[in-house]
Amino acid sequence: MKLELKGITKRFGALVANDHIDLVVEPGQVHSLLGENGAGKSTLMNVLYGLYEPTEGEILVDDRPVTFNGPSDAMAAGIGMVHQHFMLVPVFTVAENVALGNETTKLAGMLNLEQTKRRIREISDQYGFDVDPDAVVEDLPVGVQQRVEIIKALIRDAEVLILDEPTAVLTPRETDELLGIMRQLTEDGKSVVFISHKLREVKAVSDVITVIRRGKVVGSADPSASTTELASLMVGRSVSLNLNKAPATPGEETFVVENLTIASATGPALLDGVSFGIRRGEILAVAGVQGNGQTELTEAIMGLQDHVTGSIRLDGEELVGRRTRDIINSGVGFVPEDRNVDGLVGTFSVAENLVLNRYDQAPFARGVSLRPAVIEANAAEKITEFDIRTQSAATAAGTLSGGNQQKVVMARELSRPLQLFIASQPTRGVDVGSIEFLHRRIISERDVGTPVMIVSTELDEVLELADRIAVLYGGRLMGIVPADTSRDVLGQMMAGMSADEATAQHTDSKGGAK
Amino acid sequence: MSTATTLPASTPAATVGVRSWKTPIILMVLSLLGLAVFALGAPSNDVTFRLSDPGEAIVLPELVVSAPVVGWFTAVLMVAAAAWALMLTRSGRRVPVWVVAVFGLLFVIGFLTWVVGSANTPNVALYGLLSGSFALAIPLIFGSLSGVLCERSGVVNIAIEGQLLFGAFAAAVAGSLSGNAFVGLFAAAVAGAMVSLVLAVFSIKYIVNQVIVGVVLNVLVSGLTGFLFSTLLSSDAAKWNSPPSLPPIRIPLLADIPILGPILFNQSIVGYLMYIALAAVYIGLFHSKWGLRTRAVGEHPKAADTLGVNVNRTRFMNVLLAGVVAGVGGAFFTLVSVSAFNRDMTGGQGYIALAALILGRWNPLGALLAALLFGFATNLQYVLSLLGTAVPNQFLAMLPYIVTIFAVAGVVGKSRAPAASGVPYIKG
Amino acid sequence: MSPEDSTMQDPPGERSIAAAEATRLEAAAETADGTVAPPAVPAAHQSGDLGDDRSRQSALRQMLSSNAMVSVLSVLLALIVGGILIAATDEEVGETASYFFSRPGDMLSAAWSAAAGAYAALFQGAFFNFGADSVQRFFYPLTQTLTVATPLILAGLGVAVAFRTGLFNIGAQGQIIIGAAMAAWVGFAVHLPVGLHLLLVIIAGMLGGAIWAGIAGILKARTGAHEVIVTIMLNYVAINLVLFLLSTPAFQRPGSSNPISPQLDANAMFPPLLGSGFRLHWGFVLAVLATVFIWWLMNRSTIGFELKAVGANPSAARNAGISTTKGYVVVMLIAGALSGLAGVAQVAGTEKVLTSGVAASFGFDAITVALLGRSSPWGTFAAGLLFGAFRAGGVTMQTNTGTSIDIVLVVQSLIVLFIAAPPLVRSLFRIPPPGAFKTTGKRSSKNPKTAGGAA
Repeated sequence: MKLELKGITKRFGALVANDHIDLVVEPGQVHSLLGENGAGKSTLMNVLYGLYEPTEGEILVDDRPVTFNGPSDAMAAGIGMVHQHFMLVPVFTVAENVALGNETTKLAGMLNLEQTKRRIREISDQYGFDVDPDAVVEDLPVGVQQRVEIIKALIRDAEVLILDEPTAVLTPRETDELLGIMRQLTEDGKSVVFISHKLREVKAVSDVITVIRRGKVVGSADPSASTTELASLMVGRSVSLNLNKAPATPGEETFVVENLTIASATGPALLDGVSFGIRRGEILAVAGVQGNGQTELTEAIMGLQDHVTGSIRLDGEELVGRRTRDIINSGVGFVPEDRNVDGLVGTFSVAENLVLNRYDQAPFARGVSLRPAVIEANAAEKITEFDIRTQSAATAAGTLSGGNQQKVVMARELSRPLQLFIASQPTRGVDVGSIEFLHRRIISERDVGTPVMIVSTELDEVLELADRIAVLYGGRLMGIVPADTSRDVLGQMMAGMSADEATAQHTDSKGGAK
Repeated sequence: MSTATTLPASTPAATVGVRSWKTPIILMVLSLLGLAVFALGAPSNDVTFRLSDPGEAIVLPELVVSAPVVGWFTAVLMVAAAAWALMLTRSGRRVPVWVVAVFGLLFVIGFLTWVVGSANTPNVALYGLLSGSFALAIPLIFGSLSGVLCERSGVVNIAIEGQLLFGAFAAAVAGSLSGNAFVGLFAAAVAGAMVSLVLAVFSIKYIVNQVIVGVVLNVLVSGLTGFLFSTLLSSDAAKWNSPPSLPPIRIPLLADIPILGPILFNQSIVGYLMYIALAAVYIGLFHSKWGLRTRAVGEHPKAADTLGVNVNRTRFMNVLLAGVVAGVGGAFFTLVSVSAFNRDMTGGQGYIALAALILGRWNPLGALLAALLFGFATNLQYVLSLLGTAVPNQFLAMLPYIVTIFAVAGVVGKSRAPAASGVPYIKG
Repeated sequence: MSPEDSTMQDPPGERSIAAAEATRLEAAAETADGTVAPPAVPAAHQSGDLGDDRSRQSALRQMLSSNAMVSVLSVLLALIVGGILIAATDEEVGETASYFFSRPGDMLSAAWSAAAGAYAALFQGAFFNFGADSVQRFFYPLTQTLTVATPLILAGLGVAVAFRTGLFNIGAQGQIIIGAAMAAWVGFAVHLPVGLHLLLVIIAGMLGGAIWAGIAGILKARTGAHEVIVTIMLNYVAINLVLFLLSTPAFQRPGSSNPISPQLDANAMFPPLLGSGFRLHWGFVLAVLATVFIWWLMNRSTIGFELKAVGANPSAARNAGISTTKGYVVVMLIAGALSGLAGVAQVAGTEKVLTSGVAASFGFDAITVALLGRSSPWGTFAAGLLFGAFRAGGVTMQTNTGTSIDIVLVVQSLIVLFIAAPPLVRSLFRIPPPGAFKTTGKRSSKNPKTAGGAA
C-alpha cells in the first residue's frame, strides 16, 4: 500500500504545527521522520491517524484521496499506530486490549475472546513476540507492552505502521530487537513510518529519511548521510555537539549516598543498595533507560519517598527521614523531571512560581503575611537574568513554552546558595536555544563549587554534561564510569551489565574484530 | 560487536515488601471489643431466633441458644482469626479476604446474640429481620447499579439520590393518574433517565465538574418534587398521589425453600427486575462488547478513542441507562413499600447506595453484598427498637455510614476506582 | 472552555488542571520553537482577575460576554424557569387553560399574575415591605435576609476554602450540627458573665465544627479516603449523634420528652444588632469579619499560598516542600471552624435552642453558595446574601401567595447549574463567547499514565 501526504497543514489557532508537508511512503519501506522534540512530527502522525483534522492538504492511499474522521477510518484504510505513550488500558489483559474496538462477538454481543487470543498467538509466533494473551498489561515490561501495541495494529491488518518515538522507553538491546521487527515487517511488504530524533537508530534502519524542522519538511536524506549532516539538517544550523566545558576541578566529597534502598508494596525494591558520592565542583550524571529507579533516587534525596532505608548525607548531615522542606532549606536545589506536574503550579503566576519554595521566608514574607511587592521585584529580576520570555510576571506559568517554564524552575532553584543541585531531565521538551542556555547554567553552578547530579535518559546529554557517569538498571547501580566511556559500554550497562563486565566484553569484541 | 550475548549480570532486585498492619490491627481491636462485650458482657439468658413464619410450607423449629456460649464461641474465634492475621502480616504475607469475611460473619452473629439477649424480649423473628433487610436493600441495589454503570464509564454519579427520588415521584404520579402500576414503573424509568440526561449533558457536553452537577441535581430534584408535592399532590391526593401498588408474586416451589425462599421468591415485580438488572450489569460489564468498551472508557478513554470507540457517546448512553436503573429503584418506594409519595422520601438512600458501590469496589456483586449489609443494619435498628434494647438506635442508624468511612479509609483493603472516573474527556 | 469558567468546570487542582496543562504543553512541545497555544485552563482563576486577553475586545462585547453577565443571565433564566413552574401549577392557570384555544389571553394573564405575584411577594419578603406602616416594618425584610444569610455565608466560606485547596467539602451540614451542639451545650450548661460566655460559646462551636471536618481531613491526608464520601457519611453520623445527645439528660430540656435542649443563657447569645425589634444579631458582623479574614488568609498569607498550591497542583506543592497532608488537615479545620460558626449563629442567634433541625439545609445550601460565589470570599459573601434573600423572601411568598418555598430550592440549583455552564447560557441568549482567541481545547484533558512506567 502506498501512502502519500500532500501539503498537509495543521494550525492550532495562530500556531502552525505542520506547514505544507509532503511525504510519500512506499510499500516495503522504513520511512523515517527525523526531527527535534517539538518539530511537529507527532502532530503530523496524529493527522495521518485521524486524531486531528488537517487544516489544509490531503491524504492519498494508493493514489486515491481519503478523509479520516477518526482513528477507525485510518485503521480501516490500513494504517496502524504505536503511540509514544502507549494506548493500553493498564488493568485489562492483553487479549482485552487487543480486542477493544475490534471485538469479535458471540450471540447477544457477548465477547468471543478465545478467537482474539488465537490471533494474538498466531501473530506472536510469526514475529517471535512471546506475548501471553492472558497477562494483565500493567504487569508487563515496557518492551512487551510495545509489542502488544504492534499486535493491536497487525490484528487490524495494518499495511502502514506508524511508530512514534518507539525507542524512548527501550534499552539498547530492546531497541535492537525492535529494529529487527521493523525489518521483518517490511520484508512482509508492510511499510513502517519511524518517528525519532535519534540519529543512530534512524541511520541503522531507514530506507528513506525525511527531516522536519519547525513544522516544515527541510529535506530528505539518504541513510548513508553522515551523522553531522543529519544533525545540522535537523537543528537548522551547524551544530557542534560539544559545549567545550572546562574540565572539572573537584573538591571534597560533600554528598554521600550509602546503601540506599526503597521497598515497594508490591514487587521488587525500587532502589536496591545504591551507593555513590559527589564531590564539590563535579557533575555526576545518572544514566539509564526510563523507569529504572532514577525518579525514585531523586525523590528519595528530596524526602519525597516512603520506605527509604540507608543513608543520604549532605555535609555530614543525614537527610533520610527529614521533611522535604528541611532538605530544601539545607541547600538542595531540585529540578524535577516532569516540570508541569512536579515543578510548577501552572495556574500560579510566574512570580509566585519563582518563590514556590521560599514564599514563607524573608524577604518574601513577614510572619505569615506575604509581601507581594517583594515577590514582584524578585520576579522582575529573575525574568531578566534568565531571559524568561513571558508577557509579565503575573502571567500564569502554565501558559509559557516548555523552555521558558524550565527556565522558571531553574531560576528558582539556582537563585539561592546551594550545597547540592539535582536536575532531572533538565532539557526534556525544551527548544534548542534554551538547551544550550540551561546546560551552561548547570555547568556554571558546578564551577562555583556545588556538587551537581544530573539525571537523564538521553545519552547525548549525559555525555555532554558529565564528569562521571553512574548507570542505573532495575533499581541497582551498575557502576560509575568516567565521562569518556564509550556509548557501547554505557549501552551494555543500561541493559543490566555491570561496569566491569561491560568494559571487559567491549575490549574482547574489539580484540576479536582486529 | 555482538550485543546478542547473554545478559545474566544482574539478578532482579530483591523483594523488600512493605507490610500493611491496618487489617490485623483493626481485627484485633474488634475482636477484643467482642471479647469484652459479647463474651464477658453476655447476658446470662437464652436467646430465641425464630427461623420461619408459621404460615410457610416448611416451618423450621425455633433456634434457642445460650447467649454466653455463643458470645464466648464467637469472641474466641475472632481473637484467633485476628491473631492469625497478625502472624501472617508479620511473616510478610497478606491476610486472605475470606478471613476478613468469616471474621465479619462471626462479629455479626456475636453482636446479634448479645444485643437480642440483652433486650427486654430476647426473642427475635430472624426471618422477618432478614426479609426486611432484603426489602430495604432493593432500592440500594438499584442505586448502586446505577453508580456502577456511570462510574465504570468514567462519570461520577452523586445524583443517585436525585434519580431515586424523581423515580419515586414519577411512579406515584403516573401510577395515580393512569391507575396502572406498570405505567408508574415505566414513568419512573423515564424520570430517572431525565435526571441522568441533565447529568450527562452538563458533565459530558459542558464539562461541568461531575460532583458539582450531582450535588446540585439532588437539590434540584428535592426542590422540584417538594414544590409539586406541596402544590399538586397534597391539594388533591386522590388524583395525584394514590398509586396502585405492585403486589408480591410468589414463585411456586422456590418460595417454599426454608428461610431464603420467602425472602427471595415472594417479591414484587420490582424485586425480580432487580435480579435481572444485577445479572445483566454483571455479565454485560465483564463479558460483553459493551462492557469491554465501557470499562475501557472509564479506565483509559484516550486508548479507547484511538481504537475508534466513541468515548463521550459511550459515557452518555451509560449515564442514561444508569438513570433508567435508578429510576426503577425509585419506583420501589412508591409502588411497593409505601403507596404514596412523600417529601424527600428517599431520605439519603441514594448516598448509601453510593457508599455501597464504593464498599463493593465498583463491582455489581460487591455492591450487592454491601447493600445487603446496609439493609441489614437499617432493619436491625427498627427491630431492636421494638425489642427494647440497651443500644440506642441512633448508633445502629449510624452503622452503615461508619462502616463506609472505615471502608474508604482503606481498612478493608485498597479499593481502586476506575482510573478516569470523574475526569471529563475532551477529544483530541 | 473559557478562562473564567474554570473554577466551576474543574475541581480545583487534583488531576484535571495539572493534566490539562500537561497535555496542552505537550502540544506546545510539538510545535516548533515552543510557542504556546492559549491555555485551556487559565491562570486567572487563582487570583480572581480576568487576565489580559480581554483588553483587545470592545467594551460592549466585553460586557456582554463577561462573567458578570453570564451570572446575571443565569439568575434571570433560573427565575424564568421557576416562574413557569409557578404558573403551571397555579389553579387559576389550570382553569383558564381549559379554554385556552378560545381565549388564550386569559391563561396568559393568569400565568403572568401567578408568577409575578409570587416573585413580588418574594421581593417584598426579601428586601423592602412596601405596604409597611412604619420604617421598622419597611426594612424588616432586609434584616431578615441578612439574618438568614449569616449561616449561609459562614458555611459557604467553609466550603469555598476547602474547594480552593482541592477538596469537596460536602460535610458543612454535619459540621454545623456538631458545632451547634457543642456551642449550645456551653451556652446552657455553663453559666458565665457577659462577654466571656459568648466568647466560649463561639470557641466551642468552632471547635466542634473543626473536629468534625478534621476527621475527613485527617482521613484524606493519612489514608487518601475520598473527602466527598467521608463528609457525606459524617453528615448522617452527626445528625444521629445529635439525636442521641438530645435524648440524654445532659442535653434534653428538663421535663420534655422531645429532642430539644434548654434555651441558651442570655449571656451566651449574640446581642441584637438593631435593637430587639429585629432578629438580626451580631452574628452577621461576625460573618463580615470572617469574610475579611478569609480574603486575607487566601490572598495575602503564606498559609493561603500553601493551601492554593496544594489545591492547584499537589504534586508540585510537595516538591516545593509544602506538605499536602498538612494542607488537607489545616484547610478542613478552617472549613469546619467556619461551619461551626454557622452553627453558633444558629443556636446563639436565630434559634436560641438546639434541635436536630438546627442546621436546616444550610449545609447543603452552603455548597451552592460557594459554587455561585466561585469560591472567592467576597463572591461567596454576595451569593450568601442572594440565597439569604431567596430564603427570607420565600417564607413571605409562601404565606402571602401560597407558593411553596420549595421553588426557592429549584431556582437556586438552576442558577448554579447555569452558571457552571456558560456556553449553555451564551447559546440560549446568543452571546458571543469571551475572548478573541480560539481555544485549542481539542485535546484530551486526560493525561493517562502510560501503562506500567516502571518495568
